[in-house]
Amino acid sequence: MVSMRGVQKWFGRLHVLQDIDFDVASGEVVVVIGPSGSGKSTLCRTINRLETIDEGTIEIDGKILPEEGKALAGLRADVGMVFQSFNLFAHKTVLENVTLGPIKVRGQKKSDAEQRAHELLERVGVANQASKLPAQLSGGQQQRVAIARALAMEPKVMLFDEPTSALDPEMIKEVLDTMVDLAERGMTMIVVTHEMGFARTAANRVVFMSDGRIVEENAPEEFFTDPKSDRAKDFLGKILKH
Amino acid sequence: MDWLTDNWLSILRGFGETLKLLGLSGAIALVLGTLVALARVSPVPILRGVAIGFVTIFRNTPLLVLILITYYGLPEVGIDFGFFINISLAMGFYTASFVTEAIRSGFNGVPLGQAEAARAIGMPFTQSMSQVVLPQAFRLVVPPLASVFIALTKNTSLAATFGVAEATYRMRGLFNDYASQMIFIFLGIALGYILIVAVISWIATAFERRFAVNAR
Ligand SMILES: Nc1ncnc2c1ncn2[C@@H]1O[C@H](COP(=O)(O)OP(=O)(O)OP(=O)(O)O)[C@@H](O)[C@H]1O
Ligand SMILES: [Mg+2]
Repeated sequence: MVSMRGVQKWFGRLHVLQDIDFDVASGEVVVVIGPSGSGKSTLCRTINRLETIDEGTIEIDGKILPEEGKALAGLRADVGMVFQSFNLFAHKTVLENVTLGPIKVRGQKKSDAEQRAHELLERVGVANQASKLPAQLSGGQQQRVAIARALAMEPKVMLFDEPTSALDPEMIKEVLDTMVDLAERGMTMIVVTHEMGFARTAANRVVFMSDGRIVEENAPEEFFTDPKSDRAKDFLGKILKH
Repeated sequence: MDWLTDNWLSILRGFGETLKLLGLSGAIALVLGTLVALARVSPVPILRGVAIGFVTIFRNTPLLVLILITYYGLPEVGIDFGFFINISLAMGFYTASFVTEAIRSGFNGVPLGQAEAARAIGMPFTQSMSQVVLPQAFRLVVPPLASVFIALTKNTSLAATFGVAEATYRMRGLFNDYASQMIFIFLGIALGYILIVAVISWIATAFERRFAVNAR
């Protein structure tokens, strides 16, 4: 579903993505993990071209990522993205947040889009908040609306960039539960997260990044119990201590 | 109070001129300032450069100097729309630079994540602007824009120096004729300016409300 080949990216002198070869099959759930500044967010953002790459190719569902314009917008509509800071449209209600894309981008009828939005809001457990503005919701609720907004576009793959790290502990579970449910329904997902519980229950594979490289990939259980590289051992040692 | 009873018509005419100056230079400032602001945030480096140059020149030159240039200088090189319009041009260009900065701060006040989220659901640049960024920027732009127009209202009094018979010009005339009532004349004219400013503030508040309501 997603295929990155020989991808290189620099921020000025900083080589943030180095020789990235990365594949995600349809229906697969991949967790990306690694120290701060290792390039996880950048990797995620290149997949829907919120960041450009300097070398290499990225394919989504067999199609090379277009440079700019209509074709790129069309492709982005097929790639859902959930941000660490939710980024719900602040001037729109919860319902409008979910229907805006389907109406403006997909050209759906308002009534159809609203009906679908209500189903999705129901599914992520915030149906009773539909007419509120995002600022009136808790962080966990906002993030679940953001997931519903992405789902409304019927994406082929979804990217999550630390979806729970801006949340209070008691809200993390409700968002993770929503994501586990999505994974069980067969969504292709790339998830940057340090939530090992999620990785163990829902992921098919863990990818460990360090200094812009993919250092190690393995099934979650093997990765957490028996990391191969020193950097992964070192990193896991640090996060397990907390 | 005979200064008022004998001269109310001429005072009103004076404020009429003030409003004409305000309207003309305000319109120039709004249109020009918006265009320059769009150039300022555009992805084209040349446009951004021109916009920065414009703001640097017109925001940092004293208004009086600009008026001297358009009043005496422009007619010298054959650009003469009449003194009233030439003065309005100076005020319009000067104020446009502030309008540009007000609009730009509005854009900058909308978090980057809003535009990113719009692009991430497949909106092209124009749609993410019109659906997500501009409606939020607009609300942020209204208060600083109101300040800009309030400043312009007061700046129109500079035109008195150049013989435009606006409110301040009339006030000076009245000072000569009714020297003993100076303080009342002054308060009366000040009240006129305060009324104009109050109307601008009221319009700004109405705009803000309207957009806050639309957001629901
Ligand atoms: N727009 C940018 N311009 C310049 N440097 C950037 C930019 N965005 C990120 N970087 C740098 O690139 C490196 C990788 O950043 P990235 O956000 O991908 O890391 P990350 O693995 O997601 O880290 P974190 O766990 O802190 O979110 C960091 O050193 C960061 O400072
Ligand atoms: Mg990150």
